[in-house]
Amino acid sequence: MTVALHPDTGTERSPRLQPTGWLRYFSFSVDHKVIGLQYLVCGFLFYLIGGALAGAIRTELASPVADFMARDVYNQVLTLHGTVMIFLWIVPVVNGAFGNYLIPFYVGARDMAFPRLNAVAFWLIPPAGLLLISSYFITGAAQSGWTAYPPLSITTPATGQIIWILSVLLLGGSSIFGGINFIATILKLRRPGLKLMQLPMYCWAMLGTSLLVVLSTPVLAGTLVLLSFDIVAHTGFFNPTLGGNVVVYQHLFWFYSHPAVYIMVLPAFGLVSEILPIHARKPLFGYTTMVYSIMAIVVLGLIVWAHHMFTSGTPPWMRLFFTIATAFIAVPTGIKFFNWLATLWGGRISLNSAVLFSCGFIVNFVLGGITGVALAQVPFDIHVHDTYFVVAHFHYIVFGGSVFVIFASIYHWYPKFTGRMLNEDLGRLHFALTFIGFNLCFGPQHWLGLNGMPRRVAEYDPQFALINQISSVGALLMAISTLPFLWNVVHSAFKGQPAGDNPWNALTPEWLTSSPPPVENWIGEAPLVEEPYCYGVSPDQFDLAATSGSDLWSSGK
Amino acid sequence: MQIPSAIITLVIGMVLVLGGMWIGQNINLLPIDASVNAPIYDELFQVLFTIGAILFIGIIGLLVFSLVRFRRRPGQLGDGIAIEGNLPLEIFWTAVPAVVVLFVGLYSYDIYDRMGGMVPLAHDHSAGMTEAGMAEERIWGGISSGTVDAGVVDALPIEVTAMQFAFLFHYPDGDITAGELHVPAGRPVTLRLEAKDVIHAFWVPEFRLKQDVIPGQPTQLSFTPTRPGRYPIVCAELCGPYHGGMRSTVVVDEPDAWDAWFSSNAKPDLATEMATSETANAETAPTNT
Repeated sequence: MTVALHPDTGTERSPRLQPTGWLRYFSFSVDHKVIGLQYLVCGFLFYLIGGALAGAIRTELASPVADFMARDVYNQVLTLHGTVMIFLWIVPVVNGAFGNYLIPFYVGARDMAFPRLNAVAFWLIPPAGLLLISSYFITGAAQSGWTAYPPLSITTPATGQIIWILSVLLLGGSSIFGGINFIATILKLRRPGLKLMQLPMYCWAMLGTSLLVVLSTPVLAGTLVLLSFDIVAHTGFFNPTLGGNVVVYQHLFWFYSHPAVYIMVLPAFGLVSEILPIHARKPLFGYTTMVYSIMAIVVLGLIVWAHHMFTSGTPPWMRLFFTIATAFIAVPTGIKFFNWLATLWGGRISLNSAVLFSCGFIVNFVLGGITGVALAQVPFDIHVHDTYFVVAHFHYIVFGGSVFVIFASIYHWYPKFTGRMLNEDLGRLHFALTFIGFNLCFGPQHWLGLNGMPRRVAEYDPQFALINQISSVGALLMAISTLPFLWNVVHSAFKGQPAGDNPWNALTPEWLTSSPPPVENWIGEAPLVEEPYCYGVSPDQFDLAATSGSDLWSSGK
Repeated sequence: MQIPSAIITLVIGMVLVLGGMWIGQNINLLPIDASVNAPIYDELFQVLFTIGAILFIGIIGLLVFSLVRFRRRPGQLGDGIAIEGNLPLEIFWTAVPAVVVLFVGLYSYDIYDRMGGMVPLAHDHSAGMTEAGMAEERIWGGISSGTVDAGVVDALPIEVTAMQFAFLFHYPDGDITAGELHVPAGRPVTLRLEAKDVIHAFWVPEFRLKQDVIPGQPTQLSFTPTRPGRYPIVCAELCGPYHGGMRSTVVVDEPDAWDAWFSSNAKPDLATEMATSETANAETAPTNT
């Protein structure tokens, strides 16, 4: 096995002349924990912006006529909503935030492999985000959707589209820097003696995700550069009036943007794999198959992009190939879900907010996965492609999947971040409102799509008014659900119950140091955790301090 | 891993499968079917819905059962059972989804074939639709793209032009240009779709058919309407500010009514000639399936 070259990289750097206390979160810190929380808070602020844009969309759709905003503004809003939520909220948070915070702990390192590159990766995000939002106020934002299909993206006002391209390029650069850093950290910075197959599952998820990022994001970047040439220099790569081919753009775009879905959900899978064993007090079921299934998803994820193009006039053999390849992703994904269920089975499950959000994720993602297998079937897809069925499916995957896991992770790791507990009652209220609101909003949209409502429209057939109103009420509930959460995280940071170092009695490495952790993660040597999930194995691995029960080590039967 | 006794598992499994089949058969989420394709599509939908319902209810049932049965009760301390894996069980739940997915894939391939989707991309042989010099122009097929090649001689050719923000329909026979699509029930129709500016999509939910209309790349879409009525044509690809308003109507007429419409709209010199041949066709043409 690889021996870590510089397990204590951090100590070799020049002494830190950086602010301490809360000021360091506003500085160009190179501490992976600071950068992780910077990603998290920055991402959440963009989530609020993206959520406000979603609120504007649902307000417009509360009535069948386009009466809330101008039609071109509506298209700007939906483009910004998609771009903000994907590139500024989910991808940075599930990768950047939790990856930065957790991966060095999990490999037993004191920082990431390239701490300064890490800071650069984060600090590309705020300017890119501000650039994107500012385009709305300059000449109007891009209005061709987050997919920016030409020729529409070539013919709509150029300034907004160019700013959109620039900001996505910056964010793509940030992703690539992060991906390289994660691969290097996981493969080269492991504490001596720590084998790959002993790593916590989130490391594997991040390894797979980073491979996808490094392989596919440059393709998106190249594509967008070509698109900007078409817009600014009037080249004809994708412009049919100059001999370009618009379907080529779709192939290149989806070569990144389909894996992007796995860039959003694979880390979420990893995070759930960390959360469930701890709160179910059971080992993660089927570690080895979980690892293989992640790698299978990475490989399959790269060869399914054309399922977004079944109605674009692709040749029949291509449709057949991509149908089968896409449907087969359900197998490794299914393995993960069965493994989580088996992890819960026979456990001692604490039904706290982290577990509720994780289980909410399972419910939502199972539905999103089932509609995904259906969408992989060409004949089925041809009817519902570009309709609200796809909107519903996609949100079940990325909101019901990734965002639920982000919340579960915040409830789980908040004590580590701050040294204080979050309020459980507010957490459960947050979960209930989010779960009900989410399903009320996106559940009925499956029916809308099947019955004839296309997506990305400001106006629609009046027969769909009632279902859209229900959907808008669900969106309102989701908006309200962030209030208890916001109050909880802000209030608990100052007034929350002190958590102690390891409130969940967890065995993964980040819990074996103080909360919040010291600058270089451990005072003294990093612990070697060869068995991150060995719950229920022997009494001395359980913190007995707070327990006095007689059935302490009885089996879970 | 403690697995409930085989008999209980079997009974629950059977109830689940029967329940899923009942749901698949009895809950209809689709609009009415108005083309030859639609009932075939609905068959696939029923199968997918049945399998989906069984999986969803099964998995969620297991999850909720676990959360209730294995929740930590007040005062209860300690860990659950230390089980890290179970190879036969894992092989089982890898193999079953693999078989299900393979079945679904092959079944939908069959459905797709029955819809006419597996015919290779056509070159445009149809007379009257393009100039002679363009005969080798590559036509990008949508579903049912092969109907013309498959020897259906009486297919009604229509040229569709999509632009911001309207569909325009042109009948080369009879030289009719219309804003609404009029087609006779029971007769195959072949659309040749072209876009003037950006990508649009031609979608008739009641036909279960959609095809992107791509600038610089003519596409072909064939269907056979079955149920007279008026159905919406919806643009499904974001095409600009008025995308939501880009709607039209397809009118499926009884053959007689369509002939009347055609004769009254066709250019005078062609009208009589075409009308007679169309009538003859409508009477003799078998319903294309």
